[in-house]
Formats: sequence, C-alpha cells, structure tokens
Amino acid sequence: MQQPASSTPIVSLRDVQKSFGSLKVLDGVSFTVERGEVLAVIGRSGSGKSTALRCIDRFEKVDGGEITVCGRRVDLPDVDLRALRQDVGIVFQSYNLFPHLTIEQNITLAPCSVKRMCLSEAKALAHKVLAQVGLEEKIHAYPEQLSGGQQQRAAIARSLAMQPKVMLFDEVTSALDPELTGEVLKVIEQLAADGMTMMMVTHEMGFAKGIADRIVFMHRGKVHETGPASILTSPTTLELAQFVGTGNLKS
Amino acid sequence: MNIELDFPAVLERWPNFLGGAILTLELAFLATVSGALIGTLAAVGRGNHSRLIARICKVYVEAIRNTPLLVQIFLVYFGLASIGLKLSAFTVAVVALTINVGAYTAEIMRAGFEAIPRGQIEAAEGLALSRFQIYWHIILLPAVERVYPALTSQFVLLMLASSVCSQISAEELTAVANYIQSDTYRAFETYIIVAVLYILLSLVMRAGFWGLGLVLFPRRRRLGTAL
Repeated sequence: MQQPASSTPIVSLRDVQKSFGSLKVLDGVSFTVERGEVLAVIGRSGSGKSTALRCIDRFEKVDGGEITVCGRRVDLPDVDLRALRQDVGIVFQSYNLFPHLTIEQNITLAPCSVKRMCLSEAKALAHKVLAQVGLEEKIHAYPEQLSGGQQQRAAIARSLAMQPKVMLFDEVTSALDPELTGEVLKVIEQLAADGMTMMMVTHEMGFAKGIADRIVFMHRGKVHETGPASILTSPTTLELAQFVGTGNLKS
Repeated sequence: MNIELDFPAVLERWPNFLGGAILTLELAFLATVSGALIGTLAAVGRGNHSRLIARICKVYVEAIRNTPLLVQIFLVYFGLASIGLKLSAFTVAVVALTINVGAYTAEIMRAGFEAIPRGQIEAAEGLALSRFQIYWHIILLPAVERVYPALTSQFVLLMLASSVCSQISAEELTAVANYIQSDTYRAFETYIIVAVLYILLSLVMRAGFWGLGLVLFPRRRRLGTAL
C-alpha cells in the first residue's frame, strides 16, 4: 500500500558515502527532512555538512548510498537534474547573484526561461518575493549596489521565485557581519513560520536552537548526534558538548 | 635638406582614397562580425566534453596564431582556386581575415569564460537553467564585458592588418595607395594621407565599439563604471 504523500520525507539520505580522492567526507550519512520541517545541520568545518547539502541538489555525485528528494532518486545517474532543481531551492554562502542583471532580472530569469512564464507574470512574482524578503525598493538596483545582507536576501528571493518544495541554505550568513546576519536570519525565520521545508547548514547556534525542529550534528563524515533543538543545551555525546562548548554532558 | 610635398596632386584622387577606405571598413566589419562568432564558438568548443571537438578548436587556434596573416591569405586565395572555387579578391580577403581574427577572438574569449566564477554557474544550475541558457544568460555577456577592451583592440588591429590584402589586389585602402603612388610618383604624400585615413578609421571603429558597449553593458552605463 502506498503511503500518503504527507508522511514521506521531502529529502532522505540513506548510508551516503562520498570521498574526495582519498579523503572520506561522508561516511554513511543518513537523515531525513520531513515536509514543513526545519532541519539544521551543524558541525565543525570539514565535518561533511556542506558536502551533504550539495549532494542533495547533486552538485556532488555520491559514491554510495541513496538520496531521495521529492520522490526522485538523486543518486542514480539518469536523474532529471533540471526537474530536481526546480523542486529544490539552494542559497549559497557567496550569494552568487548575477552581477550584470538587475535584482528584478535576477529573479525573473529562471521563471521566464525554465518555466516559460511570461515576463509580466514573472515581474509580479518578483515583486511578491522581494516583498517577502523586504527588498521591494531595490528591485531595479544592480547587485553591487546592495549590502551583503541585502544581496543574500535577494538571492533567497530569487530561489523562492521558482516555488521550490524545499530550500537548502549553505552557510548563508558566514560571509556577513553580525548586523547583516540578523536581517538574513529574520527572513529565514519568516519562511519557517510560513511552513517552508528547509535544511540549513549553519554556524549560528543560537539561531539553530531557536528555529530548527531538529538538529543534525555531523562529526568526521558521520551523523554523530541528532535530536530536537534541546540537544544543543543538553548534548548526549562528548563531541557535541565540546562543539557547543557547554561542557556539561547529560549523563 | 629640402623636402617638397605636393599634396594637391595626390588629393585630387580623393574618390579613390574614399573608395579604398570604405572597402577597408567593410572588410573589417564583415570579418569582425563573423570572426567574433567563430571565435566564440571555438572558445566554447575548447571547453567541450568531447576531446575531439576540443582538440580541433585548439589546433585551429594554434595554427592561426603561429602563422603570418599574409601566408594565410595566400593559402585561402590559392587553396580555393586550386579546388576550382573562383571567388573575388574581396571575398577571399573576408574569409582569410575571418579565419585569422576568429582564432585570436577564441583565445580572448577563453580568458573571459575562465574569469566567470564557478559560483555563478552553480547558482544558474541550481535555478534549473539548461546548459545553453547558462551560456547565453550568465556566461556570455559578463565574459565579453571582462575582455571587451582586449577584444575591440584585436578588431581594430584586424582592420589595420587588412592592408596586407593589397597583395591579392583586393581594392582596399593600401592597394589604392599603391596604385595612386605609382601613378603620381608622390609616394610620401600618398602614404601620409593613407596613414591619416587609417587613424580616422581606427577612431571610427573605437567610437563604434564604445557605442556598442553602452548598449551591451547597461549596468556600466547606469553605474557609471568605465570599461
């Protein structure tokens, strides 16, 4: 019997393996992102968290294991990449707005050329998503005229315009100073409140604690500990305790 | 030392000069347009997954960049004639100049393509754009923008280099000059006028490229950044 769609995870990784040369980056990683869930992936630099995220949108090919996104097997060689990437929105640390296009053109490009939306409809959509990130007044600006925080919000808006089923955030605030970090996190918070399914790789512990339904702590290419946000205050493994710097391990 | 210059004797041949200058400009224009196209395709081809295509593009670029233009012109001229293709000197000149400038354009465009940050392409892939759409919307224009000064210099250089087409009697500016100076015995005056005309042609081309830049790169215009 088929399970109802609402109970199948949007993203699921099972025993995912990935090496760069002789370096094993992912060593049997498994986790899921359920519909409407906000999953925060934390861990030291080099623990494999960004690689795991990039495998989901197939920016990296896995060496073993299974990845399923919206019912589509991403690890198989014949996956329809363009269909996958219409379902998945991804936001990078370095914003990657297209510098030669205005913010509006950045946003309308994909809906127009991928979804064949007409320009007036796409422009209306651009207004809508820019309102969501609080940047309507910058619609005709070029990326270089925006601050880092504004550029990152515009990049989020650009992803939203494709109406993805899940959003991936890859350390989206790591290049920003604390003040600008706040305005980006507020946007993500609002998205979470609106019920968007999200997975974020982040170094913002306080934020992860406040927004995430579940935390995945990665250590040396493995999921070392996972659980609700409360594991950040009362970790059950020594590694997580050291990572969050509390030191008081729950016995 | 006493130099006697008699410009009027030469200047009365101005319709010939004008005709030559216009032909030179036509040559340069046609070779620039088709060379830019071929060069861009060759630059894309050099990054192709198919080894064969990449190799062919590389051989083309290297063969052209390491042989003199005059030899290339003769190769096209006599080569096409030997397989029975009778083309006008003008057509041969356009073909040879196109092949020549295409190779240099390919090298310049390759540098432009390589200057596009990997993140730009990943962002476009993440938005589900196709390979062609990525090249067209994300890579091409910023790449051209980065190498625009080098590119336009190459095209101006091509216009100047087209003077060697006089060797196959294409009636461009230098060929006209050769003809006039042997007619009037006023070689120095003739070539002074020709030199001035080439400078004017260069200025015309540079002005054209400046205008084209305004159209192609609206961001520069809006933000007032110089190329």
